[in-house]
Amino acid sequence: MLGLSVDRLRADMNRLLALLFHQGVLDEQFLQLQQLQDESSPNFVSEVVNIYFHESEKLVDKEFSDYKKMGVHLNQFMGSSSSIGAQRVRNVCVAFRAASEQNNRPGCLRALELLEYEYCYLKNKLHELFQIEQQRILAAAVRYPVVQQQLQQHPNNA
Amino acid sequence: MEFCNCIEPPWPADELLMKYQYISDFFIALAYFSIPLELIYFVKKSAVFPYRWVLVQFGAFIVLCGATHLINLWTFTLHTRTVAIVMTTSKILTAVVSCATALMLVHIIPDLLSVKTRELFLKNKAAELDKEMGLIRTQEETGRHVRMLTHEIRSTLDRHTILKTTLVELGRTLGLEECALWMPTRTGLELQLSYTLRHQNPVEFTVPIQLPVINQVFNTSRAVTISPNSPVARLRPAGKYMPGDVVAVRVPLLHLSNFQIHDWPELSTKRFALMVLVLPSDSARQWHVHELELVEVVADQVAVALSHAAILEESMRARDLLMEQNVALDRARREAETAVRARNDFLAVMNHEMRTPMHAIIALSSLLQETELMPEQRLMVETILKSSNLLATLINDVLDLSRLEDGSLQLEIGNFSLHSLFKEALNLIKPIASVKKLYVTLSMSPDLPEYAVGDEKRLLQVLLNVVGNAVKFTKEGGISISAFVAKSDSVRDPQAPDFFPIPSDNHFYLRVEVKDTGAGINPQDIPKLFMKFVQSQPLAAKNSGGSGLGLAICKRFVNLMEGHIWIESEGLGRGTKAIFIVKLGIVGRSNESKLPFLHKSPGNTGKPNFAGLKVIVMDDNSVGRMVTKGLLTHLGFDVLAVASGDECVRVVTHEHKVVFLDVNIPGFDSFEVAVRIREKFSKRPERPIIIALTGNTDRMTKESCLRVGMDGVLLKPVSVDKMRSVLSDLLEHGYLVESQ
Repeated sequence: MLGLSVDRLRADMNRLLALLFHQGVLDEQFLQLQQLQDESSPNFVSEVVNIYFHESEKLVDKEFSDYKKMGVHLNQFMGSSSSIGAQRVRNVCVAFRAASEQNNRPGCLRALELLEYEYCYLKNKLHELFQIEQQRILAAAVRYPVVQQQLQQHPNNA
Repeated sequence: MEFCNCIEPPWPADELLMKYQYISDFFIALAYFSIPLELIYFVKKSAVFPYRWVLVQFGAFIVLCGATHLINLWTFTLHTRTVAIVMTTSKILTAVVSCATALMLVHIIPDLLSVKTRELFLKNKAAELDKEMGLIRTQEETGRHVRMLTHEIRSTLDRHTILKTTLVELGRTLGLEECALWMPTRTGLELQLSYTLRHQNPVEFTVPIQLPVINQVFNTSRAVTISPNSPVARLRPAGKYMPGDVVAVRVPLLHLSNFQIHDWPELSTKRFALMVLVLPSDSARQWHVHELELVEVVADQVAVALSHAAILEESMRARDLLMEQNVALDRARREAETAVRARNDFLAVMNHEMRTPMHAIIALSSLLQETELMPEQRLMVETILKSSNLLATLINDVLDLSRLEDGSLQLEIGNFSLHSLFKEALNLIKPIASVKKLYVTLSMSPDLPEYAVGDEKRLLQVLLNVVGNAVKFTKEGGISISAFVAKSDSVRDPQAPDFFPIPSDNHFYLRVEVKDTGAGINPQDIPKLFMKFVQSQPLAAKNSGGSGLGLAICKRFVNLMEGHIWIESEGLGRGTKAIFIVKLGIVGRSNESKLPFLHKSPGNTGKPNFAGLKVIVMDDNSVGRMVTKGLLTHLGFDVLAVASGDECVRVVTHEHKVVFLDVNIPGFDSFEVAVRIREKFSKRPERPIIIALTGNTDRMTKESCLRVGMDGVLLKPVSVDKMRSVLSDLLEHGYLVESQ
């Protein structure tokens, strides 16, 4: 039963990831991040993503009046987003930066709205992903003793 | 008689005579006394009198004479001895003084006389000077007039104004009745009346240039008096009055070429204009010499002013022309830029948009090929595959060509086996050749090295293209390929005489000749072969599948390999021989390779050993920093992550092998950090390798990074594999052989 749930959780996670890739919310860079996660840094991805959210709060909540400061923050945000593979967020940042360079206030406002929307969506989906991950780890941790016992039994019985 | 001690006068006293003598003596004495007084008076009055001593002498002489005569008055009657003694004394004195005076006068009188001659001389001189001054004054007047005229003439650069002003000023200065200028016509055979003083709109009057009077004037630089009846002087309708004297002078029309440096303008010019000046009629005035001189000088000045005006006109015309050309060039440049931009846009589109579906088609059709298919379906799929492969090749070719022309294509140098290259080419071409029943032979000279250093893929491409062309255009017979080392005395291309293959210690030149027994090429068409998109055989166009790009690309690849490619053919039906020479490195001698087998494929000997190697990552974006650090840790490095350039420079030591700098940070000069790191290690031989991480793909960033001294540039986002392969390259060779 627990074993099945691990598989089901993994399938759920893969399905969610596939959906996010298909929608273009995430790109290959996220896969790279996942590759970096191993025994020495088991929570690498979640750590990076947490730092990312932490940094981005600063930008998304800010009032903007000064286009230059906006541009600086935008660059940072763009860099972070491309480092973790948040493709759609990054694209909106690009549009936002173009609008701010042209001092196009309505354009900026529109882009900011879109940015907030995309960011929230990403955040929700990633939280969901991590939740499933956590559950899977828990389920896997629970599973091991059962499997080991089964394995221990089998050779004896063979 | 009494003894009175008197002296008797020598003669008897006659009363009347004595009375008269008495009176005369008295008057003489008076006169004698008054003369010196007058002299003294007037000399005192005059300012300068040089002979005072003489005057004193003279005065003394006269006074004594007077005294003598005065004393004589007493001697007419009886007089005492004292009187006689006084008389005698005075007479003696008088005698002495008068003799002295007489002697003195001998000296003085010639002097006094010469004063008179001097006075005459000075008067003559004064008269002469007066005359000369009169002359000079007239000359100065003339000079002033000339200066004023010149100033008027030269103050404008407009030809028309110059000439008009000349005539007006001359007329005013000399008081002329009429002044006219005749200019030569375009044909040079006639003189045309161009400007006159009094008539505002001169009638179009011409005279032939060969008149004797005109020749006479043109042959001398002086002003010449001419007859008022000559055709050039008949400027006014003939009146009842006697026309005044007429003078004509030539005005040379100079060109720029007449002004030699350091020389006065050569008057070898044949073009003259004629200036005619008419004195007022009925004035009995005559032409004076100074007036003629004035006219000549003015004529010269007019010539210079006219030439200046001509030069100015020419330079204005040239400037207008240049401006027009500038505008045209600007327009052409903008058009060219637009064209280049359009081409770049097109290429950008081609690059991504066309390749993606292409790859999809090829991948999916090859997948389809591996499934269960009916024979007709299989045939269809094979056709699809073949066509899409051709299309993909075409796209790649066009892209390669533009990258080649751009100069951004770089050869991928590596070690490869020459034998296997030729064998592969042979294997690829044999099937097609055998279908056409052509033989293919390959002969490789024994002195060819087994391995070489160069771009294997592109060399194969060139070889295949050349051999493919040979097969394509041969209907019967066969192809023979021969490869050997090019020597300096090998036969060269007659059209590229300065291409000398000079082998060195590290390089040798490979020469490949592909001879076919095909249709041959018209020697006239040979130069066009290497031009893009030109097909020289319209008849075979249906069977030839090429786009005309193949040979052009081959030529560029061969040029990149510092070689030469050319085609020889004796004519139609006589077969063709294609020859190319390329420069290849010798394995083991050059410093680019240490091992004989070094392939570029990753995953060579498993994971390269990075354990414990120290590196530094600088990025002010915490997410990026963490990602890069995680990447490098995953690969086994010992990573130190810093957030600022100052900290980076501070903590970097010689133990760190690589420093990664993020160069997207605005307001932050990562280049400066690189420079400072280099400076810190300028004295040590071992310095960390500096790599830039950037999201910008343009060349500018790459060039700036390399210019500042960074060892390589990596494009973010970096995958694990890419990082691994780049770092293993780096640490093995010490620099990035290939940086993307």
